[in-house]
Amino acid sequence: MAVRAPTGWTFIKIATVLTYVFMFAPVAVVMLLAFNASQFGSFPMTGLSFRWFVELAQNDAIIRAFKTSLLLGALTAVISTTIGVCASLAMVRYDFPGKNLLNTALIAPILVPEVVLAVSLLLFLQFLSMPKNFVLLLLGHVIFTLPFVVLVVQARLVGIRKEYEEAALSLGANPLQTFFQVTLPLLMPAVAAGMLFAFTISFDDITGTLFWKPPGVETVPTQIFAMLRNSISPEINALGTVMILITVALPLTGAGLARWLASRRGG
Amino acid sequence: MSDAETRDMRPWALLSPALTAITLLLAIPTCFVVVYSFWLRTAAGDEQVGFYLDNWIEVLTDPFYRDVLLYTLKIGVITTICCALMGYPAAYFIAFSKMRNKAFLLLLLMLPFWISYIIRTMSWINILGVSGAVNYVLQSLGIVSEPLQMLYNEATVILGLIHFLLPFMVLNIYVSLEGIDPNLTAAARSLGSTPFQAFREVTLPLSLPGLAAGSLLCFVLGSGTYITPLVLGGPGDGMFANLIYDAIITQLNWPLGSALSIVLLIVLGAVVLLYNRYLSLGQISKGLG
Repeated sequence: MAVRAPTGWTFIKIATVLTYVFMFAPVAVVMLLAFNASQFGSFPMTGLSFRWFVELAQNDAIIRAFKTSLLLGALTAVISTTIGVCASLAMVRYDFPGKNLLNTALIAPILVPEVVLAVSLLLFLQFLSMPKNFVLLLLGHVIFTLPFVVLVVQARLVGIRKEYEEAALSLGANPLQTFFQVTLPLLMPAVAAGMLFAFTISFDDITGTLFWKPPGVETVPTQIFAMLRNSISPEINALGTVMILITVALPLTGAGLARWLASRRGG
Repeated sequence: MSDAETRDMRPWALLSPALTAITLLLAIPTCFVVVYSFWLRTAAGDEQVGFYLDNWIEVLTDPFYRDVLLYTLKIGVITTICCALMGYPAAYFIAFSKMRNKAFLLLLLMLPFWISYIIRTMSWINILGVSGAVNYVLQSLGIVSEPLQMLYNEATVILGLIHFLLPFMVLNIYVSLEGIDPNLTAAARSLGSTPFQAFREVTLPLSLPGLAAGSLLCFVLGSGTYITPLVLGGPGDGMFANLIYDAIITQLNWPLGSALSIVLLIVLGAVVLLYNRYLSLGQISKGLG
């Protein structure tokens, strides 16, 4: 076989590999430096050590931030998904005037720059003479994650045939029974995906959170941001590693769980 | 269901929580920002209610704000172009590779998308910092004797933004490449075109909607950020959203911050509307779903 000149495909392969390296190098370095034995979060590494993970587990500020983030993310996911599923049902299952406009309104929070969304919600609260509080933070996260839930749930709902619901109704189930016994089980993968989406986005958010958080309350990203003001320490890298493991493991577990549930139902 | 004739209230009942949320948390607050922008911040530190054009005159005439806006748009455009140039080959490879694990390849590239934005941003300090990975390698190899100062400039801001936005670009291009009927390229090839011609005449035009959707997301998200310049930029690398952050959080000058917010909303909103005029926003939902 003759040696062929490098083709377009070779170029594409190389470019793809470089893109993967570009995307993963920073992540790999964070995880590597988290195990650095030295005081500094930088090269050269002086040895491998778990000490920064131990210090992390004893750092009250970080533990508090974790609890705040988990609570905020979980509440955001539940509220946002509940509202989003209802709205998606209306959008996909019914015809009514102004539907297109309302659908755009539902995804509007992604189209507005997040910093503007953050400012407007904050000013409104100021106008109502309410101090910043956890509820504002939660409402901000809900409005910001709602479009993602709506998009994911609508996409799935379009694929679920209306006939199943009509069959249940004609067999005497009321609309509520139909929803909980027919539609919701079929919709479960999208509901789970929407909740994960909302949780992860909320857990990761910093742009709006810096505007909305009450003084003294920190989420994990704002805590990291505050720690960065000093310098990058191995502790930040250890925290980063924990965050990476959580944010990567969670969607993967979710996807795996969804697949397992689907296969148990017989596809 | 044949109740379309009678006025069905069920969709409105289902929609009401979402619409209440959008109205109370987005629509009305945005109107308030407009009202606020006409108030004044007094020397005493509170807002003087009324209709003053002072903020607007300042924002629209002071060349400082215009320069920051142009700088922001420039960063947004450069980031978008870089994302397109880097993202297209990767998306193309994933879409047309003969490998079995295409889904895995895509998932792998989407993983960083799930990883915390602030961590991904700060991780570049580990790489480009004075005692970061690159300087360590260069010094160990004896290529440089003094560590290079690579951080805290325009280039690192762009780099951080590319790292943040690239998955959006790849996903959108991939979705539109996946939708192309492979018979079309085969037909072009059988009619005598070279692989590159087939790509230029068939694949590329058909993938433009995905490229456009990815570009819109990259541009709007990139131009609206203030975290990346705060973490990776120098003192002169503040973008438009940093002005807003400073006005609201640091100076507590809420009327000025409001006026600046509306400017950003109008400029980026115009880009979105222009896009929606010629291409549908539905393309983006395809990429997300």
